Amino acid sequence: MSNLFCSSIGKKLLMSLSGLFLITFLVIHLTVNSLLLFDGSGDLFNAAAHFMGTNPLIRIMEPLLGLGFFVHILYGSLLTAQNNKARGNDKYSSGNKTTEVMWASKNMWVLGLTILAFLVVHIWQFYVKMKITGDPLLAHTVIDVAGVETQVENAYALVNATFSQLWVVILYVLGSLGLALHLTHGFWSAFQSLGASNDIWRKRLTVVGVVFAWVIGIGFSIIAIAQFLFFQS
Amino acid sequence: MDNNLSLTLKIWRQNDAKAKGRFETYSLDKVSPDSSFLEMMDILNEQLVNEDKEPLAFDHDCREGICGMCSLYINGRPHGPDDDITTCQLHMRRFKDGETITIEPWRSAGFPVIKDLIVNRSGFDQIIAAGGYTSVSTGGVPDANAIPIPKPDADEAMDAASCIGCGACVAACKNGSAMLFVSAKVSHLALLPQGKVEAVRRAKSMVSKMDELGFGNCTNTGACEVECPKGISIANIARLNREYLCAKIQD
Ligand code: HEM
Ligand code: SF4
Ligand code: FES
Repeated sequence: MSNLFCSSIGKKLLMSLSGLFLITFLVIHLTVNSLLLFDGSGDLFNAAAHFMGTNPLIRIMEPLLGLGFFVHILYGSLLTAQNNKARGNDKYSSGNKTTEVMWASKNMWVLGLTILAFLVVHIWQFYVKMKITGDPLLAHTVIDVAGVETQVENAYALVNATFSQLWVVILYVLGSLGLALHLTHGFWSAFQSLGASNDIWRKRLTVVGVVFAWVIGIGFSIIAIAQFLFFQS
Repeated sequence: MDNNLSLTLKIWRQNDAKAKGRFETYSLDKVSPDSSFLEMMDILNEQLVNEDKEPLAFDHDCREGICGMCSLYINGRPHGPDDDITTCQLHMRRFKDGETITIEPWRSAGFPVIKDLIVNRSGFDQIIAAGGYTSVSTGGVPDANAIPIPKPDADEAMDAASCIGCGACVAACKNGSAMLFVSAKVSHLALLPQGKVEAVRRAKSMVSKMDELGFGNCTNTGACEVECPKGISIANIARLNREYLCAKIQD
């Protein structure tokens, strides 16, 4: 195992594993957020947010998620820098006319930066307010958790107020679009990097990946748009 | 009626590895559409020699698509506008009368230009020398059916073995990665019982040589597969990843 992570394939292994880990996080995140579509009172979402905020497993996963992002961004940038160097300084003057290559696959770093820019705003708008600084909107509310009256933070009020601003909605839709494009290539590519692909599975994984990417991208976008259009009181 | 072509050729010229290169423009008349691309280059060179100018240096050998020497980047694509063929198999009927054709060498940090259109591809030889062979002694010639090999494996090994080491994959790759070449060379042996014996060592040494020589990391864009004259599939890259990761885990 010694110098595995110094080799090209070892670094790609880290990209693939961290990417797949981030994908599982996205699935959970979207599932919880989708509660925002079904319940204007916000009780369902508050209950879920309370569960996520207090559940020990989720608390353990939080630093791991941070680590996952850190590794993914660090190695993604390292690989991109090495690849630019390997391409060399002399460009083709007749350009590159190779067809059938997915645009996203050639722009993963730029798409990653789009996601990162969005992520910074997103963390500042929610994570920082909910975990560190607090916010008047989060004032406690009482909800019914499995028949027990429980005091919880009103996360829904913060979400609802944040999405009352048009620029936030636009930013979230752009962020989701970048994420969707990143995943149209990233999903199947992660399996290829692990060696878990061949001529048959490549076709299947690409189809699943593209569908998955747009479910995630459109899913997050719809939630932001719906909050803005239909859930403002 | 003659359907010969008149062409404007924009060609990269560079005196040696250190010199700064530049494009020069030549015109060539009466090129038969039936001539091959390299024959057209020969005609141009003859014209240059007759004008007392230095002929162009370009790589070629077999001129029948099997040696992997020819290596021209033509109008934005390695081996030119046709699919699944080498430069030497490209014909002038693919071009229009009056067309401007841009001809460049492979470009990538791993393949520095030596002169004009010739690049140094010895990196590939070094990767092969690192492990792209079998060193098991096979004795006398065994009967062909002595070691049974499943047909699908034999077919896949044969497909991978058709890589001619031309380097179009590196030339096309936005990362200057040699993964398609290395994966073909690892695969055609890893699929066969004779090659399996040294599979672990082979995967490790060839990949580490590839990294050491500064070829890029594979981002799975698939451009290599599109431009490969032999249609080598990137399924081989998945196999190389498997072979390498399993080999490393055993350390
Ligand atoms: C939730 C967020 C993200 C998810 C789910 C995600 C997922 C993935 C996946 C699955 C891959 C494919 C890995 C492979 O080819 O083996 C990938 C590749 C990549 N990601 Fe992300 N990513 C995310 C955020 C980011 C961010 C913030 C960056 C910042 C720079 C980034 C940069 C890259 C790069 C450069 C690659 C290509 C690496 C290569 O093939 O050499 N990603 N991502
Ligand atoms: S994999 Fe294809 S493009 Fe690459 S060296 Fe072999 S034959 Fe040429
Ligand atoms: S000259 Fe041998 S393959 Fe083209």
